[in-house]
Amino acid sequence: MSTSSPSTPGLPAPVLAINNLSVTFATDGGDVHAVRGVSLDVRPGEVLAIVGESGSGKTVTAKTILGLLPETATSSGTVLINGADVISVSPGRLRQIRGRDVAMVFQEPSTALNPVFTVGWQIAEGLRAHADKESGRKLSSREAKERAIEALRKVGIPDPEKRVNYYPHQFSGGQKQRVVIAAALALNPGLIVADEPTTALDVTVQAEILALLRDLRDKYGTSIVLITHNMGVVADLADRVVVMYRGDIVEEASARTLFAEPRQDYTKDLLAAVPHLGRDSASATLSTRAHQGAEVLVEAKDLVIEYPGRLGAPAFRAVDGVSLTLSKGEVFGLVGESGSGKTTIGRAIAGLNRTTGGSLKVLGFEMLGMKERAFKPLRKDIGFVFQDPAASFNPQLTIGDCIAEPMLIHTKPSPAQARQRVAGLLESVQLPASYAGRYPHELSGGQRQRASLARALSLNPRLLIADEPTSALDVSVQAKVLELFRDIQEEFGFGCLFISHDLAVVDILSQWVGVLYKGKLVEQGIGSQVMGNPGHDYTKRLVASLPVPDPDEQARRREEHRALLGI
Amino acid sequence: MSSTPQGAEAPVPVANPRAGLFRRLPVVSHLSRSVGLQRGMLVIGLVLTGTFLLAAALAPLLAPFGFAQLSDADGSFPSQQPPGGKHLWGTTVGGYDVLSRVLWGTQTALLVIVVAVALSIFAGVALGLVSGYLGGWLDRILVVVADAVYAFPSLLVAIVMAIVISGGQSSLFGGIMAAATSITVVFIPQYFRVIRAETIRLKSEPFVESAKVVGASNLRIITRHIYRNATRTLPLIFTLNASEAILTLAALGFLGFGIEPSSAAEWGFDLNKALADTTSGIWWTGVFPGLAIVWTVLGLTLVGESINDLNDPRLRGRKRARAAVVPASAEKGSKA
Repeated sequence: MSTSSPSTPGLPAPVLAINNLSVTFATDGGDVHAVRGVSLDVRPGEVLAIVGESGSGKTVTAKTILGLLPETATSSGTVLINGADVISVSPGRLRQIRGRDVAMVFQEPSTALNPVFTVGWQIAEGLRAHADKESGRKLSSREAKERAIEALRKVGIPDPEKRVNYYPHQFSGGQKQRVVIAAALALNPGLIVADEPTTALDVTVQAEILALLRDLRDKYGTSIVLITHNMGVVADLADRVVVMYRGDIVEEASARTLFAEPRQDYTKDLLAAVPHLGRDSASATLSTRAHQGAEVLVEAKDLVIEYPGRLGAPAFRAVDGVSLTLSKGEVFGLVGESGSGKTTIGRAIAGLNRTTGGSLKVLGFEMLGMKERAFKPLRKDIGFVFQDPAASFNPQLTIGDCIAEPMLIHTKPSPAQARQRVAGLLESVQLPASYAGRYPHELSGGQRQRASLARALSLNPRLLIADEPTSALDVSVQAKVLELFRDIQEEFGFGCLFISHDLAVVDILSQWVGVLYKGKLVEQGIGSQVMGNPGHDYTKRLVASLPVPDPDEQARRREEHRALLGI
Repeated sequence: MSSTPQGAEAPVPVANPRAGLFRRLPVVSHLSRSVGLQRGMLVIGLVLTGTFLLAAALAPLLAPFGFAQLSDADGSFPSQQPPGGKHLWGTTVGGYDVLSRVLWGTQTALLVIVVAVALSIFAGVALGLVSGYLGGWLDRILVVVADAVYAFPSLLVAIVMAIVISGGQSSLFGGIMAAATSITVVFIPQYFRVIRAETIRLKSEPFVESAKVVGASNLRIITRHIYRNATRTLPLIFTLNASEAILTLAALGFLGFGIEPSSAAEWGFDLNKALADTTSGIWWTGVFPGLAIVWTVLGLTLVGESINDLNDPRLRGRKRARAAVVPASAEKGSKA
């Protein structure tokens, strides 16, 4: 086995050796150098994490390992897998390497599986494409199915003999990801490349998948290249970490060393920006609920919101008997996993969804059976910040036009007044006033989210609803936006419903936290108390499954989590 | 971060709104970002279409004779004369000059395209926007009507229209209106469907919801937020429909519902008259009008297909990146 990387005597030869890899993309805006001269190697049974923010080249590096780059890419350097250079081999040889020597786990399990075939068929497809390692012939369909069942059993799918004939939609999100991992494992490859394998999953499911990946490494000695932006996941799983920034490797160290004593400034900043549950809590000093004398902005009593079912199917109850109040000046953090109904509540308060039962009073207006015309005057008192800053601006209008829009609708200022107000708003979200003339695509994600905040504030609303405002942002950008958000909330004193799936983020901003689970508000209380000493079983599980960016603390938490689940 | 390498995941690049107006025009912006074979297709299409438009504009100057001219100072034109001499592309059985008829025919074809598209595009776009945005029973009715219209053969509609408009008398106005109206009836549902689908997609975009949240009226949302984003695909449908319009006109003429030679030149009519000539070896009366139809339709289709490919970042070809040797400071200046 030949590798061009310096191999230390005594250590086994690396499964993967990347040497001086550069990848360049041809785009409409000219060439983009996505990866520049990256070298790294992965040893048997090792979990190597490649971390970095968007645009750092981590995903491109991962795709190069499997030869999955699009036609517009040009690459140089070598990527050796068991001695074969993926960049220069023939397509036929590459197909042999894929699946047998290296396999991939994708980010989104629901799109990585073909909905019209059974999962067994999809696992067997890879098996039958390769000659068997021992007998040297192709497997029969019965043998392939047996292997598929075995692979499903390995990844902990209960009752695999029956489940092998199920279609992807019959599995939950976490189980689908298990199936994807089973398909990757079917041929016992020495290396698995996992590209953000848990990003699309809820934290409680994420914990299970991480445990599964750890088992694979321990039981079968599979090496894993883990691509992620989540430092908590890195702390949980990785042995060694490579930090990438704009196509370069900034730092490479063992996980424990990296978290304990990062050497490079970029790594230090990155780690400092990661929200850490229990640190910097907005409610650390509180013992009773704040802002209780102030005007009540939102009051929900036994609120029920249903989505009509398809023909014959019963309606889906997204929100089930939720009661909460939100007062002026207070930040109410609403946490929950996907499908818990948190976004539905936020949208109902903004009048984007209709309520079906109970009572929801927004600024004193009853939303049950509301008429848009009657509610419209109140809309100027409600601001809304959307999750995806890229999609929440009309691409054809300038930032200035977008920010001025609420004013043009409600107060109808003169153009000069509007311009002045826009400049003032941009300044308060720390953007230069000249950005008013720019188009949304000319701003970065963080800048767009600041502009989005400026638009929500343009009429000095009494109530602001922020629906996952930072989840589409990189951590370093998220940290700055959260800080800005906190400052502005203190300055303007509006009441805020802050919706997020990220407990640590919610804890930084909100004094009062509500936990939603399957449409029910299972727990609410002062942020630091809910996070630090959860009362409800679900909240306990939720808090315990959140990985923290510290390998030692995370190892301890992992044990606690296992104990909690009774494993 | 705007230049992430995951280019394929980025939204369809809008022509940069900051560039000059000329560079943002549909076809111009497509031409400037095309490369290789796609550029070749687009250029060929543009050349073919350009000559067609030029011929239409300059027909009175280019054509040696009028479209209905049967004689000049030297006397009557000979019948079925082979190409050469005074009549470069020969003459028909009736004594018309083929070259002149083909050149004048471009005007008729262009007129039909303009009238047909003008009649259908406004109604189609407006109905699509309203139906897609408001939804409900109005939407359902309009969709059913649109589907029902698809069931009509456009030629049948055209024949009925020809009779209604001109009372069966063939004239330039009647012929063009018959062809244009029949095409309009079929085209409105096409524009309607495309715009409606785009509107429904845009309706759930966060920027439309954010306009709703601030209390914008439906009219404002439709005109300011959806309209400009929904009509980006129109140049494509326009070019493809234009070629269809010409084919319908030619088919009408071929069936005999076209325009009499004394009112205007029309390729389909000439083809019909050339039918009897083919058996006696007279090829020029049929080949030249036929080629004119192929020329025009091919040109418009090439332009349309190229625009279609160029609008889709997955289909659009790009220049190969230069070797991946990296100037270290290449992106230092970009936005963080």
